[in-house]
Amino acid sequence: MADFNSDFWHWYIAILTIISILACVWLLRWMSTGHSKSDTVEDTGHVWDGDLTELNNPLPRWWLGLFYITIVFSAFYLLLYPGLGKFGGILDWTSQGAYEEEVAAMDAKVGPLFARYQQTSILDLTKDETALKVGERLYANYCTTCHGSDARGARGYPNLRDGNWLWGGSPAEIKTTIMQGRQAAMPAWEAVLGGERGVDEVAQYVLSLSGRATISELAAQGKTKYEMFCVACHGADGTGNTALGAPNLTDNTWLYGGSLTRISQSIAVGRNGKMPAQGEFLGEAKVHLLSAYIYSLSQQQ
Amino acid sequence: MTNTETYNYKVVRQFSIMTIVWGLVGMSVGVLIAAQLAWPVLNFDIPWLTFGRLRPLHTNAVIFAFGGCSLFACSYYVVQHTCHVKLAFPALAAFTFWGWQAVIVLAAITLPMGFTSSKEYAELEWPIDILITLVWVSYAVVFFGTIMRRRVSHIYVANWFFGAFIITVAVLHVFNSAAIPVSMWKSYSAYAGVQDAMVQWWYGHNAVGFFLTAGFLGIMYYFVPKQAGRPVYSYRLSVVHFWALIFTYIWAGPHHLHYTALPDWAQSLGMIMSLILLAPSWGGMINGIMTLSGAWHKLRTDPVLRLLVVSISFYGMSTFEGPMMAIKTVNALSHYTDWTIGHVHSGALGWVALVTMGAMYYLIPRMYGRELYSLKLVEMHFWSATIGIVLYIASMWVAGIMQGLMWRAINEDGTLTYSFVESVQAMHPYYIVRTFGGAFFLFGAIVMAYNLWRTIANATPVEVEIPAPASAH
Repeated sequence: MADFNSDFWHWYIAILTIISILACVWLLRWMSTGHSKSDTVEDTGHVWDGDLTELNNPLPRWWLGLFYITIVFSAFYLLLYPGLGKFGGILDWTSQGAYEEEVAAMDAKVGPLFARYQQTSILDLTKDETALKVGERLYANYCTTCHGSDARGARGYPNLRDGNWLWGGSPAEIKTTIMQGRQAAMPAWEAVLGGERGVDEVAQYVLSLSGRATISELAAQGKTKYEMFCVACHGADGTGNTALGAPNLTDNTWLYGGSLTRISQSIAVGRNGKMPAQGEFLGEAKVHLLSAYIYSLSQQQ
Repeated sequence: MTNTETYNYKVVRQFSIMTIVWGLVGMSVGVLIAAQLAWPVLNFDIPWLTFGRLRPLHTNAVIFAFGGCSLFACSYYVVQHTCHVKLAFPALAAFTFWGWQAVIVLAAITLPMGFTSSKEYAELEWPIDILITLVWVSYAVVFFGTIMRRRVSHIYVANWFFGAFIITVAVLHVFNSAAIPVSMWKSYSAYAGVQDAMVQWWYGHNAVGFFLTAGFLGIMYYFVPKQAGRPVYSYRLSVVHFWALIFTYIWAGPHHLHYTALPDWAQSLGMIMSLILLAPSWGGMINGIMTLSGAWHKLRTDPVLRLLVVSISFYGMSTFEGPMMAIKTVNALSHYTDWTIGHVHSGALGWVALVTMGAMYYLIPRMYGRELYSLKLVEMHFWSATIGIVLYIASMWVAGIMQGLMWRAINEDGTLTYSFVESVQAMHPYYIVRTFGGAFFLFGAIVMAYNLWRTIANATPVEVEIPAPASAH
């Protein structure tokens, strides 16, 4: 095992453990033999604080038995399982090995089921009640931490039911998102826009894109800046670009909040949302089914 | 010089009274956070009142403020009475009182503010850790200084336990809290990764083993024979279980890290040493309970004695449960569930708090030369506390085992049957029962505080002369 960087520590642990267990045995034998032959219980003769004394009853037999049983059990355990330094035990058991065995057994059991689903197209899977049920469970196991148990997301974590997609909502795009993950990159613009005032102007213009009331002269100046810096990703009309994960600014979906303060913050300091890649962890078969479930959510609208 | 020296009761009195005060504070916070888990709206959306900040405040208040003051009070009282000598270094003893109160107040301020080292049961930041070290070293000097001046040759068993507790806690605190400060209220642990986790749980489990067990066994060994008026059952058993207990406890920490990145060999050693620990723990229980041989009838009339004996029973129960939970296959179910919380509280409420309360009923009236104001109220406290503990641990058993089973339930397709939130939802009724359990226990503590307050109201502290030791025979 790689737990020890030198044999010294292996021997240190092994010897210390054996001595410790033997010391318990010695202590028990020392205190349970060679004393009290008579039936009467002796007093130790010590007196403290006026009336505090002690008897010297023998160790209860059942208690001694219990102590010895735990010691014998431990000795056998250390023979069978890892414990004495790098001696791995007769059974050759490791927690890593036990984990891998369990995973392999489960994969062998459920592998064919998922492999079968993988043969079916995502669109067809969305019509298969049983497949969606399995997909829902996969979702509950792996996705709820960020996207919520109702799949409506939270601030910074997209809502999967609303039909608005940062990286595209086709079955293939969804599958790519889950397999490979996504890394968004909205840069921090405050310095480029010339400080708070510049951020204010652009924020006012962004508000106007979704048809909200604005301070018109600020928004007008913001429009110029928008056309200079923002169009590349968010487009001239502000409808965004799913190839870049640039959100549509003309609807009412706001990943990081749609208030003036929140929008200003997004512009000033940027946002770097990250969807982690699941392909290696879950395997393509499960991701395929999961994509079908998530696609089906957006079709319920 | 004729011996007209008196005991130093002042510091005992101060610590005893603060035991009651901090007990009420710590338990109230406990009931509040238990209620927050059942009804999260009780956070009131105020950051300082959220569970994450109040939970360490609760644990620090009950363990180190309530439990700590109780240990100081009892050990100072016991060491004087069993050594037949006044407490050594009175100025240093006074410093331990004021220093310890300062630690507690600083904890009560910094924890809700969010300052934390993030080490469980050692959350306080480095400046407070230094103060703790100073207080603790002074405590050791006072305690062992008194032992060295003793006028009886044999050291009483309670003092073995107090001594082991003081030394070990010093070692645990210094090693676990080792950190590199980056600012006044921020530091980083001197250890990293799994080593940090191992040091943390070596500390954490021995905070239980020495602070909450060895120290309180010291309390048991004085107050139970005194209250029962009977000799300690077996000196020999004291010897075996003392050495076996302090020796094996120190190994048991890894059972908190079963099935983690901790190497297998360390997990195995933690498990077997936890199992071997069962008999030494029960040795203490046997010695405490059997001390009542020939005095069982007193349980009927003396509610204080009953409180002490029930505390020993809970000690026996939780020290059986502990080794069982340390077995890896059991731990696979119990770990991270509320079963652990229930286990801790059967020890903390059942053993530590009840034995403390029994000792306080003994100690505080004596500090003022009074009789207890009302035995009826002690009776009421006893029942309220007992019902509270039973509600608490029974609800947490059900909740914990249910959580464990829900988390491991698997569908035919290999997915988990329950999402995490479903297991949280299933806990709701048990969290409510737990809150009521805690409230019952707190109510008992309030009754105790009232009873003790009536006992000492308008009384003046007494000075008690130190008697000459009985001549050895």
